[in-house]
Amino acid sequence: MSEAASLTSEAPQSAPAASILSVNNIEVIYDHVILVLKGVSLEVPQGGIVALLGANGAGKTTTLKAISNLLRAERGEVTKGSIEFEGRRVDALTPNDLVKSGVVQVMEGRHCFEHLTIEENLLTGAYTRSDGRGAVQADLEMVYSYFPRLKERRGSMAGYTSGGEQQMCAIGRALMSRPKMILLDEPSMGLAPQLVEGIFETVKRLNEAEGVSFLLAEQNTNVALRYARYGYILESGRVVLDGDAEKLRENEDVKEFYLGLSASGRKSYRDVKHYKRRKRWL
Amino acid sequence: MNATATRFGIWMALVPLLIAILGLGLQGLAIIDTSLFFTWGYFLEVLIAGLLQGVLYSLVALGFVLIFKASGIFNFAQGSMVLFAALTMVGFIEMGLHWTLAFILAAGVMVVLAIVIEKVVLRPMVNQPHIILFMATIGIFYFLDGFGQTLWGSDVKVLDIGIPKDPMFVLPNVFEGGILINSFDLVAALVGAVLVAVLAVFFQYTRVGRALRAVADDHQAALSVGIPLKTIWAIVWSVAGIVALVAGIMWGSKAGVQFSLALIALKALPVLILGGFTSIPGAIVGGLIIGAGEQVAEVFLGPLVGGALQDWFAYMLALGFLLFRPQGLFGEKIIERI
Repeated sequence: MSEAASLTSEAPQSAPAASILSVNNIEVIYDHVILVLKGVSLEVPQGGIVALLGANGAGKTTTLKAISNLLRAERGEVTKGSIEFEGRRVDALTPNDLVKSGVVQVMEGRHCFEHLTIEENLLTGAYTRSDGRGAVQADLEMVYSYFPRLKERRGSMAGYTSGGEQQMCAIGRALMSRPKMILLDEPSMGLAPQLVEGIFETVKRLNEAEGVSFLLAEQNTNVALRYARYGYILESGRVVLDGDAEKLRENEDVKEFYLGLSASGRKSYRDVKHYKRRKRWL
Repeated sequence: MNATATRFGIWMALVPLLIAILGLGLQGLAIIDTSLFFTWGYFLEVLIAGLLQGVLYSLVALGFVLIFKASGIFNFAQGSMVLFAALTMVGFIEMGLHWTLAFILAAGVMVVLAIVIEKVVLRPMVNQPHIILFMATIGIFYFLDGFGQTLWGSDVKVLDIGIPKDPMFVLPNVFEGGILINSFDLVAALVGAVLVAVLAVFFQYTRVGRALRAVADDHQAALSVGIPLKTIWAIVWSVAGIVALVAGIMWGSKAGVQFSLALIALKALPVLILGGFTSIPGAIVGGLIIGAGEQVAEVFLGPLVGGALQDWFAYMLALGFLLFRPQGLFGEKIIERI
């Protein structure tokens, strides 16, 4: 913990831009008994890409679902802390209202509507909009321009498309709601490295051209830190380290634990285990 | 959806062939066993009566499909919704209203009922396993059953909205004496067909219809893109309520409005198993097969087993289907990527 603290103090919040999303010290409990998040705080600057990193079960998905208010459908609730989007408390909004105000989540494992065609999937994303058919049609073309592959497969049932196409479909569907911010959960899951690269390139382009802010949860630390500008590392429900992406990449412990590199070159698996046992995050 | 349409087309093309094979088989049986009676004119007459009856089964099955598709709940109360809707309709007519006005009011009552069910029963149980929700619908069944009869009385009522009931004789030149068709059944079948067409368009091409199908596929993902589940459920139950009303009117004018209307839901079960719980065309085709099958079996094979075939034929057929095609003729296959 001391190390974590020192790193953040060395690098004072290098996000001078106003934050679009701020999560303050939230605690999440499932089923009234299982404490999953033990006080997580994070900020996403306007127009930023922020990565939420950590191993399985660290609480990345829970954090995203707490923000998008999908927790209640899984018997979870935010018991402490607050979540603000554009300076407004959003903890009590329904997912429907939240999407209307500009936050949309792309869930882990893609979750396309299998029996709907790709195009129908995209159109469901525009459900909350009321600005007319023309605007929706224009955005459909916009999504197709980012994902030309989807245009080729617009008539196929989503359940029969490949994993990469489904991930594009899920992101495209989220875009159709004209979000200001997308919560992206494990976009790399189950995809070939080349596809992962492509997805992240598109995220970057969307961020630059459409001004969409991203908060992305990833296990693939290496890719995530190359595209994100800022990162938080979660471990068993707490933020243990945060900082600019470059700084995190240089950090010895991140290299050791998340990037599989270390100063002393490759180690044998036995040594790594030994090392891990000796030195742990709090 | 295209695959379904193709399959539907193939089935429709096969129908005359199947009918001919069935007729030839029965004719053969009649030759072997002289106690059986068969003429082609009579066969077609029974078949058509059965098909038209089948449309009424389909109407009831449709209500189940709508709710099952959108929420994964098997709504046991659909049968009592049919009864309740018919009772309400008759009640309004007895107050001296014209039947069109009574229909609109009864439809309104069904929508209110749907909203109440969503608020009082479904919402508090939103994360419960499906079996719990199923139990809740059994509760709704008995509640509606009793409530309807308390409100409108438990006498057998006559519902007459002026559908012609005269028998018609068609093709007297081809078959001796012509084929007898009940004009009421014909009208009921037409109404059913129109209702199905409207629903199909609604589901396929409207924003809400698309959202309904999305919810049916994946609740969580639907929530994540901002589709309000509660509104969708209220809409689905309303639509199912109105379908129940139409079914209730048709059955009610045919057989009188009485408690046994609630039990036709039991006949809808084999229809659902045959057609698939998630498919609207399935409900139609299933209804037609069950309706025609049980009539033909009763009339031509009944004497072999001493009659009363009609009571269990549908269930036997359903059982056979469960063994060989558990998702039904048109049920959505579970898409599994390998």
